[in-house]
Amino acid sequence: MDRLLSLLLALLQPLALLAAAPLFTAVVGRFKARLQNRRGVPLKTPYRELRKWAAKEAVVARTASPLFRAAPYIVFASTLLAAAALPVWETASPGAHVADAIVLIGLLGLARFMLVLAGLDVGTPFGGMGASREMLVANFAEPALLLVVFTLAMTTHTTNIGAMAAATLHGAPVLRPSYMFALAALLMVAVAECGRIPVDNPSTHLELTMIHEGMVLEYSGRHLALMEWAAQLKLLLFAVLTVDLFLPWGLATRMSPTAWLLALPLLLVKLAGLALVLAVSETVLAKMRLFRVPGYLTLAFLLALLGLLSHVILESAP
Amino acid sequence: MNLGTLPLVDQAVLVLAAMALFSAFALLAQSRLLAAIHVFAWQGFLVAAVAALTGAASRDPHLYLSAAITLGLKVLLIPWMLHRLLRRLSLERQADPLAYPALTLLAAAAIVVFADWVAAPVAQFEHSATRNVIAISLAIVLLGLLMMVVRRQALAQVLGFMAMENGLFLAAVASTHGMPLVVELGVAFDVLVAMVLFGVFFLQIKDSIDSLDVDRLSQLSASIERDEITEQRP
Repeated sequence: MDRLLSLLLALLQPLALLAAAPLFTAVVGRFKARLQNRRGVPLKTPYRELRKWAAKEAVVARTASPLFRAAPYIVFASTLLAAAALPVWETASPGAHVADAIVLIGLLGLARFMLVLAGLDVGTPFGGMGASREMLVANFAEPALLLVVFTLAMTTHTTNIGAMAAATLHGAPVLRPSYMFALAALLMVAVAECGRIPVDNPSTHLELTMIHEGMVLEYSGRHLALMEWAAQLKLLLFAVLTVDLFLPWGLATRMSPTAWLLALPLLLVKLAGLALVLAVSETVLAKMRLFRVPGYLTLAFLLALLGLLSHVILESAP
Repeated sequence: MNLGTLPLVDQAVLVLAAMALFSAFALLAQSRLLAAIHVFAWQGFLVAAVAALTGAASRDPHLYLSAAITLGLKVLLIPWMLHRLLRRLSLERQADPLAYPALTLLAAAAIVVFADWVAAPVAQFEHSATRNVIAISLAIVLLGLLMMVVRRQALAQVLGFMAMENGLFLAAVASTHGMPLVVELGVAFDVLVAMVLFGVFFLQIKDSIDSLDVDRLSQLSASIERDEITEQRP
């Protein structure tokens, strides 16, 4: 029975994330629209767009290599695999036993690598520009993300995300300076990784500012649908990662459907809270110049490093 | 030491000390003078909060007094004086960017590690729960020193000097629950007098070389004029 449940869970959690990803993006958009005195689009618009793209013919440029066709599938699959490593509402997630936080970052790195190659493949200037900018962001964001994981691993003595969440759940509530710094760093990195304001603007097609949009500019039809869906999934993935690492209260620790029923509404509340935070920050901040992005990400790296140092100095015995 | 066994007040002290360390980094990296003054005021506020919380934890009324002195002096009076000075010298929009920002921040991180290494033997003989704050305060002192080294603007250097004083105060509060009141009042008065003198110095420097960039003080004024003449000559 337990084996069946865990198998079900391993399948159900990433698929639920995948299904909810467009909705999460839409909710962020809705919050943002309300904050800016607009009505905003209906919540099912991202789903409609995905269906529309999936139904359309995929036009591929004459200069494109087979890699261009393969890239959307690889990007989508590796993002979905990364999502499968996350415990969503259950800390004893079977996926987390196979892949820990470092593998998750590696899978996201693979997705980014393919995205960048696809951007370069056709040879249009916007693709190349977007690709080079994406690598600029990645150079600074990935070390900071790894440092965040290491900081938490020093407290919880594991890099397994499920075990990290469980350790935080079972320990007494403690004010940890290292967690505070790591949370700030993770939020800053997540904004950069998902291409949101102030690093990239997901709703613009203005040539000189786009990063992610620049790379997927040549895609159409089902390829575009997969790319966009993967990007939406990545945003939700980072939100769930934040919940798992820093706000795990309410996650189910036992394999039982009744515990899941309790965990799910709490998870929805926490995700809505994070969506609201993102919407507010996107409303009050303006997109910054590209050359200020390294400074922003250096700050994130510094915060993560301070988290590590403050763990060593303040939280462990001399 | 298990953090979970500490009382909540001590945990809060550790968090505030860590935030004070972050503010030292922010002070180092902040290139705009106006924003740097604000960061300095925040640092003073955090240090005052540490003093007040330590007073609450040890039921020591004189720590409240030193927290109040810090609050009045470091958070309100000195930032206000610096503000006024900035307006008078019309430097509000002046920025003093670091020459090597990444290198400076790496050096700052190395300083924190060094401070921990130096303070570890000292902290061993302490039995208070907040003994690890000694390393943090030493790091704040050294970061203030680094700021005085890498900045060229005289006003930013003064901020570094004042931040060093913040670090010393934090060390005193964390390790021995504050200095005797006489010493504390003396130090506070010292800082205030130093601030007034700095103000006078700034006006003098500004009068004589028309800038607060202290790198220009390493040349004689006659040679500066000569340089300008040679530059003008085609």
